[in-house]
Amino acid sequence: MLKIQDLWVDVHGKEVLKGINLEIGKGETHCLFGKNGSGKTTLLMTLMGFEGYRVKHGNIIFKGEDITNLPVNERAEMGIGLSFQRPPTLRGVKLRDLLTICAKDADRAVSLALSYGFEDFLDREVNLGFSGGEIKKSELLQLLAQDPDFTLLDEPESGVDVENLNVIGEMIKKLLQKDIHRNRTKSGLIITHTGFILNYVTADKGHVMLDGKIMCQGNPLEIFEGIQKYGYQECVKCQF
Amino acid sequence: MSVLENSKNVSEDEEILERFRPASEAESVRDVSQLGEEDLNKLRQTGVDLDAGDRIGTFLQTNCGVTKCECQVQGVEMLPMTEALKKYDGLSEYWWKLVSPDKDAFTRETARDLDNGYFIRALPGQKVVYPLQTCLYIRSDNVAQRVHNVIIAEEGSELHVITGCATHPHLTSGLHIGVSEFFVKKGAKLVFTMVHNWGEEIYVRPRTGIRVEEDGIFISNYVSLKGVKSIQTFPTATLAGARALVRFNSVIVAPEGAHIDSGARVIHEGPESKSEIISRTISYGGTVIARGHLVGKASDIKAHLECQGLMLSEHGVIHAIPELEAHIADVDMSHEAAVGRIAREEIEYLMARGLSEEEATSTIVRGFLNVKIDGLPRELEEELQAAVDECQKGM
Repeated sequence: MLKIQDLWVDVHGKEVLKGINLEIGKGETHCLFGKNGSGKTTLLMTLMGFEGYRVKHGNIIFKGEDITNLPVNERAEMGIGLSFQRPPTLRGVKLRDLLTICAKDADRAVSLALSYGFEDFLDREVNLGFSGGEIKKSELLQLLAQDPDFTLLDEPESGVDVENLNVIGEMIKKLLQKDIHRNRTKSGLIITHTGFILNYVTADKGHVMLDGKIMCQGNPLEIFEGIQKYGYQECVKCQF
Repeated sequence: MSVLENSKNVSEDEEILERFRPASEAESVRDVSQLGEEDLNKLRQTGVDLDAGDRIGTFLQTNCGVTKCECQVQGVEMLPMTEALKKYDGLSEYWWKLVSPDKDAFTRETARDLDNGYFIRALPGQKVVYPLQTCLYIRSDNVAQRVHNVIIAEEGSELHVITGCATHPHLTSGLHIGVSEFFVKKGAKLVFTMVHNWGEEIYVRPRTGIRVEEDGIFISNYVSLKGVKSIQTFPTATLAGARALVRFNSVIVAPEGAHIDSGARVIHEGPESKSEIISRTISYGGTVIARGHLVGKASDIKAHLECQGLMLSEHGVIHAIPELEAHIADVDMSHEAAVGRIAREEIEYLMARGLSEEEATSTIVRGFLNVKIDGLPRELEEELQAAVDECQKGM
């Protein structure tokens, strides 16, 4: 589904990603761990194609096509979706309108909001005065409406209270087809700083990013346990 | 303003006046049937619908002549101004009481030689939910249309007026002078929605005064989204009674070549009175001056001013001038102003949901212009949104 080859990326003239190689197959969910500032968000932003993330070297191949220089909306049309960690506020734009844009169908947008108890937010301006948990719910609702083949989730659990973690977990499971057990077609890459999301969503593989490089790959739960016990220092030593 | 600047403005004003012939010299349209499809289309785009069933009254003035003046509801009086002046013996209590005839060259011109205007009065206690519509339409070239309007909302009444001001689509030049005096009496409510839809070579000089008594409410919505040569509008509301409330919402787009000097002043004379001035302005290359002047002269008042400007061109001008003036200590007055371009991250956020860059930009602009107006009846809100949508076409 996604293949990243020797990817080097500059942000405002500063080298942030330094030769990333990563492959995520159809139906697979991967987890990306790493300290703040290690380059995790930069990787997601680059995959989505945002301005300011300049690919100096390397390629991004999605569904067999080189998308390294494709505009954001064309990547979205190809089936990449992103849940933002801190999305901007859109004044005057109602969540109903945004969900309709995502779903390309107003009725489906409304019924999705209803099924996750988010109907009261339909006529609110996007992200205006939303709490941390509400922002994540709104992001995931947009993705469910968009129904991407490949989902990028940037810290989906941050700022969410325990009560809502369950709902967030359910929404992610739905997105990544965790409700079916064979022949999944949806893939995902989840950035997590705390790892808590693993209590709700299973991942097939984990990676650790340090200083713009992927240092370690393996079973996500084992990696997470290691990080909890020894911190990221252990990953520096442990070269795979 | 310095003496020099003042004299410069005076000569500019007079120079503008000299360029145009009085509307009374132009063709007069005495009946709607004389209007063509082009005229009716332009009026519809301005929020004036001569066939609409939900309008309880219509006043249409074309050049200087009254084309239509009809009001179906009892308890509301609507007359051409020339008739009202006769009927009420010069309207001495109201005529030139909130705007001075000596204010400038335009008011002097209107005081000297009036074309017409509308008179609307809601009788005491009369609450009218559906709106009345008025329209001041210039249909001939090089005409100066000079009108003087009076609206009176008597004690405890409620009135909604939609005013559309427009020019015939093929007009090359024109001048509109509109003196308006609005009286909102004790416990009354007046919602006044004005849509400007002028042509690219039109000069527009509204001169408006509003007086709101105890517990009265005045809400003004102003929309101007199309090309115009020059607009200068600065209504002044005096909150004369306790707990009087006023809101000015405006949505202004300045295309290339437009110069729009807009804003409002509110003078708080009644204790616990409240005011809010909210403006959203966009420059596509034209100039917008967004003024706001709040004057606090009574205790426990609350006044807020908000100017948001969006620059969508490299060479337009948005000049926000918020002013707060407190004369006593016990006031709560504030303002916020922000001018800039659309944030890149907002565009990319929508692009990540599948919109092209152009679609994302227009979605954000539409949202920006979608001012939430409290206290506006649903019909009017839809009307306003329809006007915004209509005017956005071809932008």
